[in-house]
Amino acid sequence: MFGDYSIGDLGAIFAMQGFAGLILFSVYVLMALGLAIIFGQMGVINMAHGEFMILGAYVTWMTSSFFQSHLPSLFSGYFFVAMILAFIASGALGMLVEWALIRHLYKRPLDTLLATWGLSLILQQAYRSVFGAREVGVELPQWMMGSKQVTDTIEVPINGIFVMCLTLAITVVVAWIMYKSRWGKQVRAVVQNRVMAGAVGINTEKVDRYTFGLGCGIAGIAGSAFTMIGSTGPTSGQLYIVDTFLVVVFGGAASLFGTIASAFTISQAQSTMEFFMSGSMAKVLTLLTIVAILMIRPQGLFALKVRK
Amino acid sequence: MSDEKKPGLHSPLRRKLLMGMAALPAMSLLPRTSFAQAPATSAINTTGLAVTDTEVTVGILHSVTGTMAISETGSVQAEKLAIDQINAMGGVLGRKIKFIQEDGASDWPTFAEKAKKLLVNDKVAAIMGCWTSASRKAVLPVMEQYNGMLYYPTFYEGLEQSKNVIYTGQEATQQILAGLDWVSKTKNGKSYYLIGSDYIWPRTSMKIARKHIEGKLGGKVAGEEYFPLGHTQFNSVINKIKLTKPDVIYAAVVGGSNVAFYKQLKAAGIDLSKQTMLTISVTEDEIDGIGGENIAGAYACMKYFQSLDNPNNKEFVAAFKKMWGEKTVIGDVTQAAYLGPWLWKMTVEKAGSFDIDKIAAASAGIEFTKAPEGYVKIHPNHHLWSKARVGQAQLDGQFKVVYETPELIEPDPFPKGYQ
Repeated sequence: MFGDYSIGDLGAIFAMQGFAGLILFSVYVLMALGLAIIFGQMGVINMAHGEFMILGAYVTWMTSSFFQSHLPSLFSGYFFVAMILAFIASGALGMLVEWALIRHLYKRPLDTLLATWGLSLILQQAYRSVFGAREVGVELPQWMMGSKQVTDTIEVPINGIFVMCLTLAITVVVAWIMYKSRWGKQVRAVVQNRVMAGAVGINTEKVDRYTFGLGCGIAGIAGSAFTMIGSTGPTSGQLYIVDTFLVVVFGGAASLFGTIASAFTISQAQSTMEFFMSGSMAKVLTLLTIVAILMIRPQGLFALKVRK
Repeated sequence: MSDEKKPGLHSPLRRKLLMGMAALPAMSLLPRTSFAQAPATSAINTTGLAVTDTEVTVGILHSVTGTMAISETGSVQAEKLAIDQINAMGGVLGRKIKFIQEDGASDWPTFAEKAKKLLVNDKVAAIMGCWTSASRKAVLPVMEQYNGMLYYPTFYEGLEQSKNVIYTGQEATQQILAGLDWVSKTKNGKSYYLIGSDYIWPRTSMKIARKHIEGKLGGKVAGEEYFPLGHTQFNSVINKIKLTKPDVIYAAVVGGSNVAFYKQLKAAGIDLSKQTMLTISVTEDEIDGIGGENIAGAYACMKYFQSLDNPNNKEFVAAFKKMWGEKTVIGDVTQAAYLGPWLWKMTVEKAGSFDIDKIAAASAGIEFTKAPEGYVKIHPNHHLWSKARVGQAQLDGQFKVVYETPELIEPDPFPKGYQ
């Protein structure tokens, strides 16, 4: 298939292909970070993760409509406002859910699977009733669309660069919170031994609530960012949930670093194979490889500790 | 709903009189027409369907919850509008249409179960419903076993024909061939890149398209790709498209993937006003989610566009917006769903009966001159004669019709040489 192309052409294609892999990597990390906190650190199997993302997407849509009709002069910057609002909305909903539902289930982690699955159905139907069954189109400011011409043949999508920067920023912030801040220490202490953490004076309930809220809030930001590359509808969250769990489980549930490594492996494998074979086959091969690796290493790529 | 009452026909007094008379054995001796304009129920309903002297019940069976609700909502709205309009005109054989709506919930076994419920418990005279091929395939054995009548609105892959189904959308060859002929001629399309979601409809459609491109048009297929439903990352295939530089991208991507596909094409710098893109899976409904600015310039091949300029369509669009709101858009399938109740009404009136067997036999040759798409006729194979049209997507989310076949295209669900 490469016979008819010059070296320059091929170089450009491989550069763009490499970039496509990096974009996919950023998307996977962004999807998985929230869940890595909730599932990885707290042990809650949150099947409603996709719905928290879509809440962020809907918030973005509402913000964009609001700016269009009331503040058209500031439209080009609305996306940053939208992301903050998405974080707040999803985070607040997350804390509410934690208070009403999840906290009663910490001792029965498998039941959280069913409870959050039910929650995801409820949220989907709620979106459908509130926003309508049809997908909504989120309008982007002009500067975020199109691509940047690097050389004559290499073009890089601007929204891809945006997602990469965003992912980098959020990863750094989350890593700092979890591993450097005082609060992150408390979170890890609660995860390791709830009773003991309580005994040394940590308010475990509060830590749980804020951690869950943080995970959901990040999901909201991810959903907001994904309005650039995907659809916004009541069931769009379902498009992401499988890949998200895949990344987190493959990486080793308790390790943030594992999540990033696994997102990198999966995205590169997926995008390279997609280039050489059809999309469906690439997916099949990726999944087969992951299953094979998980059979050899059931704890995932990087398991720092195994919880009883 | 319009509750227009014609005093002569529906006054309580008349009902009492009729009830009283029903008790008189002498009644059967009198000519029926002297009492009522509408024919007697016993004559036009010999198989125990839900038909009374004043009402006939039909079923509406679509998904209003689950993934498919996005697409099927428009069909439900169109069917309700048609039923409303028919009732305002006096109903079918003098009987008002009452509908029972069931939710298929985007789940194929649920569709089959609800179809059975509508046929066995509710004894509906017809069902307007289904959207995906999978739901139709699930419902089909039920329709055939309990002898029901289904009006199915979606354009689909063909390879099916049933006494118990009227297909009001296009089958694959009707939709595909004319569009490819057009693009090959006007855009000088020599090489084609086929890309679709991975299930029966895109696969069958692409098979037909490939045969036509290679066999009839003398072009070549530069690539053929399928992606799992719900796939959201198209950067790799977009690079492949850039590498192969096809004259035409031919797309049948559906659902949420559709939105991702066009947004990423745009972001990757593929300008659809320069790169010819022909799709068979994007209607006005989909553009709502994709965003006009992301798809402007692309061509779609359908039989109906909301922007069609004819008096029937103007009336239809106005009525639809009046009933469902100014912002709603009408796609190809929504229009096809609107045809269902009308075709059924005309068939019943031609047959002079609600009996399924008589309707199935009378369907062939039914003409609907008030169809928003212009004019349709039912073929003996239970599909519709219809035109194919090519529209170009505009920034405002509407299509501008750039081509229309001069003649109606004969439906051919089992195309020879394309299987």
